[in-house]
Amino acid sequence: MKIQKILSLGALSAALIAGTANAEVRDIRIGVDVPYEPMEYRTPDGELTGFDIDLGNAMCAEIGIQCEWVVQGWDGIIPGLMARKYDAIMSSMTINEERREQVLFSDPYITPPSAWFAPADVEIGTPSDETLEGMTIGVQRGTLQDNYVTDMYGDVADVNRYATADDMVLDMDSGRLDAVFLDFPIGKSTLLDSEAGDYKVVGEMITEPKEYFGEGFGIAFRQRDEALAEAFNQALATLQENGTYDEIHAKYFGEE
Amino acid sequence: MEALLERLEGLLADNSIFTLQTLSYYGEGLVTTVQLVFLSLVIGLVAAVPLAIGRGSQRSWVKWPIFAYTYVFRGTPLLVQLYLIYYGVVFVEGIQETWLWAILEKPFVPALIAFTLNTAAYTTEIFHGAIKATPRGEIEAARAYGMSRRLMMRRIVLPSAFRRALPAYGNEVIFMLHASAIASVVTIMDLTGAARFVYARYYAPFDAFLFVAAIYLCVTFAILFFFRWLEKRLLAHLKPAGG
Repeated sequence: MKIQKILSLGALSAALIAGTANAEVRDIRIGVDVPYEPMEYRTPDGELTGFDIDLGNAMCAEIGIQCEWVVQGWDGIIPGLMARKYDAIMSSMTINEERREQVLFSDPYITPPSAWFAPADVEIGTPSDETLEGMTIGVQRGTLQDNYVTDMYGDVADVNRYATADDMVLDMDSGRLDAVFLDFPIGKSTLLDSEAGDYKVVGEMITEPKEYFGEGFGIAFRQRDEALAEAFNQALATLQENGTYDEIHAKYFGEE
Repeated sequence: MEALLERLEGLLADNSIFTLQTLSYYGEGLVTTVQLVFLSLVIGLVAAVPLAIGRGSQRSWVKWPIFAYTYVFRGTPLLVQLYLIYYGVVFVEGIQETWLWAILEKPFVPALIAFTLNTAAYTTEIFHGAIKATPRGEIEAARAYGMSRRLMMRRIVLPSAFRRALPAYGNEVIFMLHASAIASVVTIMDLTGAARFVYARYYAPFDAFLFVAAIYLCVTFAILFFFRWLEKRLLAHLKPAGG
């Protein structure tokens, strides 16, 4: 009787484990909104590519499942998940409390970095109260970069706030600005790539503190798909350990 | 002063938007706005007097360039003029190497130039209209006294023209104050710039802009009051007798 009970318990737990494993190995579809360079966009021949796509595919390969990407507009991206049009969202979605009420997030897989950019001929050390003293810094009004610079350096430096990144670039071209603090991908495409050699990145990519830069981007799942989320978290940890993550990161954000 | 600050702090304790910090942004913004508007009005006014006289000149090489100037600056939006001057100067080859760059680098002087040119154009037309409206009788009387053109201008035409122009000019001053709100597009932290900053920071458009609207109203009220007082003094002779 006792042995039977134990046996049945064992069978039950075996079945449970098998059930979990099944949930992990089933192929899934992932919703994504394009374009948002360099996170997700199409190549000229229509192929989906970007940091999210490459990392997502690497994670799926790590778990050992097939993943299919489904393009979905941003407005309907969470409802689409609920309606089972796809099983996950990996589309530069910032983790926050409001969304947490509806979906289950994976661990953050990236915090979009911000960076200091300066004309190639301006000598600035690693940005700090001393090195930025008396400098004129450009930011886009109302962005998290604006909040960060205003709070950290508003007392020592002049902060010029612009409505668009284009106005800011124009003023840096003309020599009115000593440095700008920008979303790294935007700075890379408008300053480093399009005006090669004129500008440089100063110091390191900045993603901390969280109260300014947020918790980062996460993959969203339906609340009950905890096993699936766990599988992706493990895959992410593995990829970060074995260097694949860094490779993909370098491909889209350059070497740090 | 200390006690006042403390009391203010107590008042603001429950308010997440209007902290001492944001109020100081509004305060600095008010100072910048008043400086910008006042300076451009004063320079514009001084420039407008000779321009208005020249605008009514018989000589076409004096008259037409002034007309072209007022036409261009009244015929295009101030925002466009500001953009052209602020962003346009940098396309002048090698300007960064000249002494001019020291004053044009910061946004204040380009904005001041744009505002001054704009208000001078409007003021020129206001004065020109007032000069043209000088009663013939006054001019004939001056001539009968044997006054030279210069003396007649100084003693007869201009003083009465200024009086006639006063109400219209008061409007121009208020327009200028309100037009200065665009200064924030070239990164100047004027009143509107401060409001936009607070709005973007706290996502509170109503609080940020209602507060700044109230400040503009107060400044406008002060201007109105000043011109009312000025008109009362200078236009006393036009009031009905015994009134």
